[in-house]
Amino acid sequence: MPINPAFTTTIDHVSILDEQGNFDSSLGDGLIPNEDVVAMYKHMLTCRHFDEIAFKLQRSGRMGTYPENRGQEVPSLAAAYVLQKKDWMVTCYRENAGLFWRGLPKEKILLHWMGDERGNFIDECNVTPLAIAIGSQMLHATGLAWASKYKKDGAIACTFFGDGATSEGDFHEAANFAANLDLPVVFVCQNNGWAISTPTKLECSAPTVAQRGLAYGMDCIQVDGNDIFAMVKVVKDAVKNARENNRPTFIEALTYRLGDHTTADDARRYRDADELEMWQKRDPLIRTRMYLEQRDLWDGAKEEEQLDLAAKEIIQVVKNAEEIDAPSATDFFDSMYTELPPELQKQRQTMRTSSLGQDPSQIEQTNEVRNSTNG
Amino acid sequence: MANLTLVQAINLALIQEMEKDDRVLLLGEDIGLNGGVFRATEGLFQRFGGDRVVDAPLAESGIMGTAIGLAMGGLRPIPEIQFEGFLGPAFDQLTNQCARSNTRTRGGLTCPLVLRVPVGGGIHAPELHSDSPEAIYTHTPGLKIVMPSSPYDAKGLLISAIRDPNPVIFFEPKRIYRAFREEVPEDEYTIPIGKARTVCEGEELTMVSWGATVVQCMNAIEQSGRSIELIDLRTISPIDTEAIAHSVQKTGRCVVVHEAPKTAGLGAEIAAGVMENCFLHLEAPVQRVCGFDTIMPYYKLELDYLPDAERIGKAITETLAY
Repeated sequence: MPINPAFTTTIDHVSILDEQGNFDSSLGDGLIPNEDVVAMYKHMLTCRHFDEIAFKLQRSGRMGTYPENRGQEVPSLAAAYVLQKKDWMVTCYRENAGLFWRGLPKEKILLHWMGDERGNFIDECNVTPLAIAIGSQMLHATGLAWASKYKKDGAIACTFFGDGATSEGDFHEAANFAANLDLPVVFVCQNNGWAISTPTKLECSAPTVAQRGLAYGMDCIQVDGNDIFAMVKVVKDAVKNARENNRPTFIEALTYRLGDHTTADDARRYRDADELEMWQKRDPLIRTRMYLEQRDLWDGAKEEEQLDLAAKEIIQVVKNAEEIDAPSATDFFDSMYTELPPELQKQRQTMRTSSLGQDPSQIEQTNEVRNSTNG
Repeated sequence: MANLTLVQAINLALIQEMEKDDRVLLLGEDIGLNGGVFRATEGLFQRFGGDRVVDAPLAESGIMGTAIGLAMGGLRPIPEIQFEGFLGPAFDQLTNQCARSNTRTRGGLTCPLVLRVPVGGGIHAPELHSDSPEAIYTHTPGLKIVMPSSPYDAKGLLISAIRDPNPVIFFEPKRIYRAFREEVPEDEYTIPIGKARTVCEGEELTMVSWGATVVQCMNAIEQSGRSIELIDLRTISPIDTEAIAHSVQKTGRCVVVHEAPKTAGLGAEIAAGVMENCFLHLEAPVQRVCGFDTIMPYYKLELDYLPDAERIGKAITETLAY
């Protein structure tokens, strides 16, 4: 009996605008109107500045731990550019550029890292709050996509996670649910090479992370995640597949975090300086600017003007976050349930007046009983 | 009125709520054509179709996590975890995600869902099919937890749970899924979550229990011939402290009965509540009749583990003699 292949496939890698500024016209022409490239580049500059300011806020003690987004602006921005308003974007915590493009007020991200849940109250756009537990959000995206399919509202869900998250069981369960139940989900893995200090090869011994999706029967593709054109192209294809066919797609976006994991991390302990230097040259801002300058759409004056606008905007954003009224101590009771159960009402009312969190009238009641017993 | 078992009452409640509200859908392992391993969803797949009664892949975290997304997306999902022993893989999504959703978004993204879970021992089931983990989830702020002890209560409480805007765990005591029948109204009705039921009134002692052990308590009370007030909590979280306090202030004595292990079980919480509210009324220490602080044994010894009328009877005698 002959041995025949039961299944063979390849994983494609998509690149349109490379780090030297070379542009593949056959794939890239007409993909993004020039004015949109300009708008996205401006947005990237603003997000980069936001990131620098957020880092400084942490370093000067004005904000808690913060994960720098620097270097990873493109994947989420490209997705946000492609998604419709009704779609859901379900992120991890290195997707500020996409969240802001969708309309999330920037101060909400600062509030989150300033330890204030009001940063997670979002009614401006269909995005979920930052997911801190790695991998937890992919199932929520799958459920949201399922709800949209059930309601036939035409919306899809696009979820973001890192390379390390694909080791979590929840990734595999989400991929399996999405594929088996025909759900319109786009899975975007931002493979930045590191899960804190653990390199991707210790998370995944297959040649690509993308092929993890193959096991679940979904389309999989690898893309240069620092290339706005390639990212927009693959997300467009994936969104079409989701919206028209209710099929999920797995996108592995190769990118790099130019900063530490968070402000509490020091990547020099585990990353080579050479590697960092190589990726600094691949910075998505550098090549996007090259693309624009080659076409006379950008110059030094415009750069300066945009940086100036960004600085002004972010000053106001920081002001909004820092000058918000202090939260009331009772706030952490108030959204526990839609109606507060009696015990929680009691604890809320007496949190500062009784060591037991009890109704002070209890003391009077027991005194009465004591008196009547003695009598 | 129909004479129904507890599992039939659950089936009826699901049918009626699904007919009334098309946001309600079910997901779980083997709940479709098979009707669930206990037949709680029997006939629902045929009646409502595969879009509303969904056989999920065998992945508890996936069931719980996608149910969260469904709820955030405006639906009223009812995920089923096949046995309480398989809650482990769903624990993270349940406690770290579902229970926190409302408060971490300050009310922006609520998570209205009902997690149905068969619970407890007494049916000669294999390993990990007989535990009573309700205290673990009671210690998780943000969840509501309900456990019926009769067919009538099962229907009314389940309807309330489905309509509740908060996440609710609906524990179904499998020992009494088919142990007895009861008249269950065909018409829809609700039983409020958070309110206990006084099963029988009495003057000498208050007994507090929930789920399958309520039946054991009734047997013990009958055998004792004493005047004992039995309170069935119906809802474990939030506990109806007021009903317990009201009764113990009258009787001065309290026995708590549950299947779960004794240490850090709900009996301890109830005893502490009695101390807070009834200290000067007490005539005896609060007694607990519980499962032991051991791993639930395989079924040859499960009846030695579970509280029965004899052990409850001893607690009645000791507490009344104190």
